[in-house]
Amino acid sequence: MSVKSIKIALAGNPNSGKTTLFNALTGLKQKVGNYPGITVEKKSGKLNLFEDYKATVIDLPGTYSLFPKSIDEEVTQQVLCNTENIDYPDITLVIADASNLRRSIFLLTQIIDLNMNVVLALNMVDVATKKGLIVDVNSLSIQLGIPVVAINARRGKGLEVLNQTIIDSINKTAVNVFLDVSELFKEVIIKANQIRGIENNYASFMAICKQKLSGDIDNRCALNQLCKKEEIIPERAQAKETVNRYSMIDKLVKATVKQGKPIGRYMLTKKLDDILIHPFYGYIVFLSVLFLIFQVVFSWSAYPMELIDGLFVDIQMFTSDVLPKGLLNDLIVNGILAGLAGILIFVPQIAFLFAFIAFLEDTGYMARVSFITDKLLRIAGLNGRSIIPLLSGAACAVPAIMSARTISSWKERIITILVTPLMSCSARLPVYTLIIALIIPSDDYFGFNLQGLVLMAFYMIGFLSAILIAILLKFIIKSKEKSYYIMEMPSYKIPDWKTVAYTIFEKLKIFVFDAGKIIIAVSIVLWFLSSFAPGNDFKEIELHWAEHKDSEVYIAADKLEASYAGIIGKFIEPAIKPLGFDWKIGISLITSFAAREVFVGTMSTIYSVGDSNIRSIQSRLSELKNPETGQAFFTPAVGISLMLFYAFAMQCMSTIAIVYRETNHWKWPLIQFLYMGVLAYFSSLIAFQLLS
Amino acid sequence: MQNLAELSIGSKGEMVQIFDNSLEQKLLEMGCTPGEKFEVVRKAPFGGPIAILISSYILSVRSEDACSIEVILLEDEC
Repeated sequence: MSVKSIKIALAGNPNSGKTTLFNALTGLKQKVGNYPGITVEKKSGKLNLFEDYKATVIDLPGTYSLFPKSIDEEVTQQVLCNTENIDYPDITLVIADASNLRRSIFLLTQIIDLNMNVVLALNMVDVATKKGLIVDVNSLSIQLGIPVVAINARRGKGLEVLNQTIIDSINKTAVNVFLDVSELFKEVIIKANQIRGIENNYASFMAICKQKLSGDIDNRCALNQLCKKEEIIPERAQAKETVNRYSMIDKLVKATVKQGKPIGRYMLTKKLDDILIHPFYGYIVFLSVLFLIFQVVFSWSAYPMELIDGLFVDIQMFTSDVLPKGLLNDLIVNGILAGLAGILIFVPQIAFLFAFIAFLEDTGYMARVSFITDKLLRIAGLNGRSIIPLLSGAACAVPAIMSARTISSWKERIITILVTPLMSCSARLPVYTLIIALIIPSDDYFGFNLQGLVLMAFYMIGFLSAILIAILLKFIIKSKEKSYYIMEMPSYKIPDWKTVAYTIFEKLKIFVFDAGKIIIAVSIVLWFLSSFAPGNDFKEIELHWAEHKDSEVYIAADKLEASYAGIIGKFIEPAIKPLGFDWKIGISLITSFAAREVFVGTMSTIYSVGDSNIRSIQSRLSELKNPETGQAFFTPAVGISLMLFYAFAMQCMSTIAIVYRETNHWKWPLIQFLYMGVLAYFSSLIAFQLLS
Repeated sequence: MQNLAELSIGSKGEMVQIFDNSLEQKLLEMGCTPGEKFEVVRKAPFGGPIAILISSYILSVRSEDACSIEVILLEDEC
């Protein structure tokens, strides 16, 4: 017998254990991509345990209903309602939470009414039992007219039965209907079927309710006229249908679920909530959790980051020695490998941050955090769910922006993405510490270290500017959609470690492969700009210094000046002079557009001119004189101006790449780049002019 | 008749109707159908969202949205 391939769609409410079931069914054989044209992630995987069939499982975005409220939910509707959709399934596997049966089977009955081949996986039967709810699985299966399998997605229980049930129902044709809309709306449905040329009552009802099912573009007018003639108001019709569906569900639940006494730890959620969303202690706990996360992200990732750094130095040295000297060697070592190191150095921070976020999400705590912060953040046009990306931005904007996906309102999500890079990320830290050491004396003021206070002030500047820009964007960005905050607060549970691990793995893959491609490309361009000069300039420099004893240092410095990067630096000097910068800082600014921390390295290369002693960059810079005034070059005015520039400018290729990936449009990273650039330029200009 | 925002923590009520159209659809789908009983379990500080226990799960809505939800008060906090 030949192997047939079938498609299975996995649908269910958020928090129903859908992702856990998907992971349990497909293991590591997953593929994450995007649906064409939109940013919604498309997860699919190959299903094990099949002998005669090759099955592809598609994990549809979680939804409460087939009438979508967000882009994610629209995907679920389009896949399930259009028989021509390339992902239209042969079998739809619906997962429902047994402890929450009434609401969970609402979506199920809608899918049944689309005449689909449905299998119900009833999850969390154990939780239901603790709540005192006993579900009669057989009776439920008979009354719904579909196969029902009790499973435990976390423990992997019932999966074999589920697989067998799926095999058994492959060639079945769906016949039953849960709620017959033609009884509610009679003639209208029949006429709509005729207009659409498809005999599917529920799909026709959805089309009447202005749902954009593909293939209906030509029928839109006819359907609107039908509504007018029959005096159907889509919103009212939809509300009527929903209420009727629930009253049928109530009858079904009454017949199949027995209410007994709650046992076990069902009260745990209430007790935890007494503390975690307490008007006072709630915020204290939240701040402590944050503090702990930052400490841990910094301290735990320091060691692996050093390791990666060291490893790449070794690899670069080894490669440089092994390969024949020349252009290719230089490109590989200083272009590609340097770029690769720049990406991989962030892996530990991203992994730890996402481990914490996934952990907090999976326990159910995140829903509480947004519950207590929603009101405060809305003043700035943000949402309770923006708190995580904003605060994660203090470690690294890349994972922070990725975590903004949980915000369902488009406007609030865009604002969150646009302001997150203003938070002081860890890459700004080396720049700040270098300059602060140059211009701020390490005196104590009221028992506090002045340098430390200045550093803290720059973190505050980052946070406050993020909030202020958010308020501004709130008035600029227009959106027709009204922002809602309707959220289920799931019961607390011990996190599923497998789900947490899969999340980290998935995010790292996105970062390394998607953002990585762009970072490498830019690193190569930067390498090219700083390694080549027009004409024979480099040859002349080499000849000029050939006899000198420190030739290498002089050649490197002069080459940089003569290179395309140096030419650009000199070219932009007039523009940055009012900020207190010379062309050498100009080169550093340009190379910093790959990543901020490149600043320190570039400065140390450029300023090695005429200095035969090996000294730290800091002492070298502190003795630097301004050729016009004869005074020290790094005055407080120059330092503050430079730090403000780094605080605001979008000098991070990884962030630009990830914003493009998350918004699927070059418009947003461009807007972000421009507004941050303008902010950086003018704040530096004002600061320098006032201070000098 | 009262709206949901007026109820205090611990009070029990019954859903009547929702005045905001798109809010109505979303809440209906999540089980807030007329006649469904609920209990107010939490209120976030500073006039933040309200959490209710309905159909054996906890649902939270913003308090300004709760103003458009008409309810009957069944039993006040003792």
